[in-house]
Amino acid sequence: MEVSGLVKKYGSVVAVDGLDLVVERGSVLALLGPNGAGKTTTVEVCEGFRRADGGSVRVLGSDPRSPDLRARVGVMPQGGGGYPGVRADEMLRLVAACAARPLDPAWLLDVLGLSGVGRTPYKRLSGGQQQRLSLACALVGRPELVFLDEPTAGMDPQARRLVWELVGALRSDGVSVLLTTHLMDEAEALADAVVIMDGGRVVAAGTPAELTSPHADDQQLRFRARPGLDLSLLTGALPEGLRVREASRGTYLVQGRIDPQVVSTVTSWCAQQGVLAEELTVARRSLEDVFLDLTGRELRS
Amino acid sequence: MSGFAPGTFTPAPGRGRLGRMLWAQTRTEAVLTLRNGEQVLLTVLIPVALLVALSLMSVVPMPEPRVGSAVARILALAVISSAFTGQAIALGFDRRYGVLKRLAATALPRWLLVAGRVAAGFAVVAVQVVILCVTALLLGWQPPTAAGALWAVVLLVLGTLSFGALGVLLGGALRAEIVLALANIAWFLLLLVGGVALGVDGLPSWLVTVVELLPSAALAEGLQSALVDGSAPGVRPVLVLIAWGVAAGTLASRTTKLG
Repeated sequence: MEVSGLVKKYGSVVAVDGLDLVVERGSVLALLGPNGAGKTTTVEVCEGFRRADGGSVRVLGSDPRSPDLRARVGVMPQGGGGYPGVRADEMLRLVAACAARPLDPAWLLDVLGLSGVGRTPYKRLSGGQQQRLSLACALVGRPELVFLDEPTAGMDPQARRLVWELVGALRSDGVSVLLTTHLMDEAEALADAVVIMDGGRVVAAGTPAELTSPHADDQQLRFRARPGLDLSLLTGALPEGLRVREASRGTYLVQGRIDPQVVSTVTSWCAQQGVLAEELTVARRSLEDVFLDLTGRELRS
Repeated sequence: MSGFAPGTFTPAPGRGRLGRMLWAQTRTEAVLTLRNGEQVLLTVLIPVALLVALSLMSVVPMPEPRVGSAVARILALAVISSAFTGQAIALGFDRRYGVLKRLAATALPRWLLVAGRVAAGFAVVAVQVVILCVTALLLGWQPPTAAGALWAVVLLVLGTLSFGALGVLLGGALRAEIVLALANIAWFLLLLVGGVALGVDGLPSWLVTVVELLPSAALAEGLQSALVDGSAPGVRPVLVLIAWGVAAGTLASRTTKLG
């Protein structure tokens, strides 16, 4: 699947502004960004629900609005979808009837922990149950490509794990997945490639490892100790270019090129101060840090 | 880490058979309507109660034979109840719950989505007609001639399509709560002054001209000719129904939103 230069406007508001992305066959791509970044708009253009105002989108080699594509693609819209009064198992069977070689609906309900609510009307399902049913509907037709828009929104941690496991299974069975999320850990855990969006544009793209791997001189060492320590001695003892600060009360951060010598300097300084450094870690940057660096804003604001 | 056997999700896409898709969708929609308490109240219980009331009580002026005239009017009301009001409300809430988007994302072609809904609409009208006719027979109704019955079927089909298009026009564009309010108000107005409960005869002449152009009066009048007189409906009622249906259908195809 290939998107290049995608532009989508709502009136005078530009929701997506020149977006490029490629989903390789059998891989998982996560579109990551805060609410309003243009993730859902992008996915809906790829699903054929919205018309692009500019740029080109090819899905499995076709125009995304092509009717022939529908059978090859599985869609989990944001917030799910079902008749208000339809029972969960009826809804899944209806969607299964639209496919030539569907998965067994009863098995899929069971896998997603919905067997117990198979006869419950859609509107009485919890948000997380509606989401899981929606995921089942996306997968039941054995598609080649799956769009999952905020797949774990409203789910408890256990259900979220299950969805992660499912996405892993899809990937190893050769299904391509485009998912949106504003959860960093989700993108890091699931995706082969991450595209970080903000304000309708791509601000960074790459594998999670590429995005989070520290540039050699942008690592951080973090430790906890008694609050309010005088850091001037430590700053003086550390090599040039390292920054030291008390990031929050009792949490200290050393940023820059962290090598064994730096760790040693920090621990000996602690010994001199007569304090015990707790939870001392040399941390990789998280995608959260990457986003913060790129946009100056928290992801979940 | 995966608890799924390898190959479980190996892609095997393909569209289901058209007949099976149509059947699944029609069945689901018809069952949902007949399982919904409010829909049953609107489409079956109220029409049956009104049929009994109009047949047995002479509060409302009604041409003789009384039961026959009541059947004609109440069948018209039944079509308005299910194809228009019930349809509009269901569509309003279906959109709210995202089901159209959900189904549009499957291999179900758009025309089949519409066809399934129309077929389910006919199924519900068929159930209504059977229940109302049995009730009428118990009230001493003299069934119409074969020709009259045939014309009645034609009019019921035409009325269902016409009011169905109006229902989709209303339910497909506005917010669910607004649809709910407007569809019920329209039902009530058509019943009282749309030539259904009261024939057009009792109305002032300037109003008659207006009411005769309403699809409700056209359907009731056509059914009166077919079921009571056993004759073909006039040209005007048929044209009025077709005109409303075509206009509403054309407009609805532009204004109906999936979500």
